[in-house]
Amino acid sequence: MNEPAARRTALYDDHRKHGARMVEFGGFDMPVQYAGILKEHDAVRRRAGLFDLSHMGQFRIEGPQVAAWADALTTNAVATMKPMQARYNIFCNERGGAHDDTIFYRLPEDRWLLVVNASNASKMWSLLHERPASGVRLKNRHGEDALIAMQGPASVAMLQPHVDVDLASMKYYFCVEEEVEGAPALIARTGYTGEDGFEIFVDGAFASNIWNALLKAHAHEGLEPCGLGARDVLRLEAGMPLYGHELTEEITPVQGGQSWAVKLTKPAFTGREALAAQLERDDDPRIVGLTMAGRAPAREGYAVFAGERRVGEIRSGSFAPSVGGGTNIATALVEREAATVGTALAVEIRGTRHDASVVALPFYKRS
Amino acid sequence: MALPENLLYSKEHEWLRIEGEHGVIGITDYAQNSLGDIVYVELPKVGKQISQFGGIGVVESVKAVSDLFTPVSGEVVEVNAALEGDPAAVNRDPYGEGWFLKVKLKDSNETKSLLSASAYEKITQE
Repeated sequence: MNEPAARRTALYDDHRKHGARMVEFGGFDMPVQYAGILKEHDAVRRRAGLFDLSHMGQFRIEGPQVAAWADALTTNAVATMKPMQARYNIFCNERGGAHDDTIFYRLPEDRWLLVVNASNASKMWSLLHERPASGVRLKNRHGEDALIAMQGPASVAMLQPHVDVDLASMKYYFCVEEEVEGAPALIARTGYTGEDGFEIFVDGAFASNIWNALLKAHAHEGLEPCGLGARDVLRLEAGMPLYGHELTEEITPVQGGQSWAVKLTKPAFTGREALAAQLERDDDPRIVGLTMAGRAPAREGYAVFAGERRVGEIRSGSFAPSVGGGTNIATALVEREAATVGTALAVEIRGTRHDASVVALPFYKRS
Repeated sequence: MALPENLLYSKEHEWLRIEGEHGVIGITDYAQNSLGDIVYVELPKVGKQISQFGGIGVVESVKAVSDLFTPVSGEVVEVNAALEGDPAAVNRDPYGEGWFLKVKLKDSNETKSLLSASAYEKITQE
């Protein structure tokens, strides 16, 4: 049987027109790079970059019971969210493994937006329907609503001329419902790069107009269209997990480093007992950050050693321009005893051991 | 895309420049462009015997690891040590300062199985 054809975002024609290299990701044909990963990465760290993230799953949720319903399904607190607040949250299985890591946006009048990973969108949509509740209505906007992110220190300055709200006064992880280039949108001060920035949720019909207006107005100031390649390097430097790598159905948020988003003060939620037990035991394998001593990059699946003993494996790895003037960094899932910051480990690359050390996450923090 | 006429090419996107009894090897402009930003090159040691079309190392871009093959057999007599500190030279100047290694040719007949610039260009357009 043939694989179903990859879907296209509302910006597909714009990507092709502007020379993006396209790859299939999460069921969509997405730009992996425009001018080049390092150039795009540099634009986001120094000025700003523009990303098409329309492959992400967007679920609109409505009703008076949403907070209570969601609190029983997720690790972080939902009911305590303020209006127009955004909050990172994780749906777990009974063993504590992650179904997905997500962001909830609390909108006025019992309306919510839940953003899930593209690769998990179908699974998450089914999962939410397995747990129906009266007073909760779900609407799947995956592939219908677009998501454009502007990320980088110049984001406030570059986006401000296109909106009526005062962006500088917006708090991190808060959002507003405002027009962008005349189109009704949700603008959130969220992102996945370790920089200041905004994410614009808008009906796909308006996406191309906004994308082109922003590039036309700010390309000469150094705004670069960016692909998923640069995004992955940026998020890894910023110590943010990528589902399927640092979080999976087997790797729990306690292991992945998201214990801060596990609220045991909530009386009950799926996976609570398993996560509480892991926190108590404190002996399960952990995701750690590694910096490599040499120039050879560590890649996913490479074995990690402490002395002669294999203690784990690489989960993500990349050259990181913003770490130590250009260093190879990685995340690894390693035995608890090998997970202490400062531990000397080795990564096996094509049969040769290369020195690595455990470092605190994130690798990069904006000044 | 640059494609010098005086070089020979392999289907695996390496180039070969004959210099008397030696051959200089690198990857093509097409290859470096497809790979993107190159951050690491792993080459064989001087003295190693390598066989035509065999794997001799890797080229890594930010995102991916790619195998490197040799277009000819021979003994490695020199490797471009500058690539260790400046792998981006492969992107900047794939036929010049981005060269990979120099071999003492074992069999000059092997070049018959390599491609001219125009024949290689056809492959890149497929």
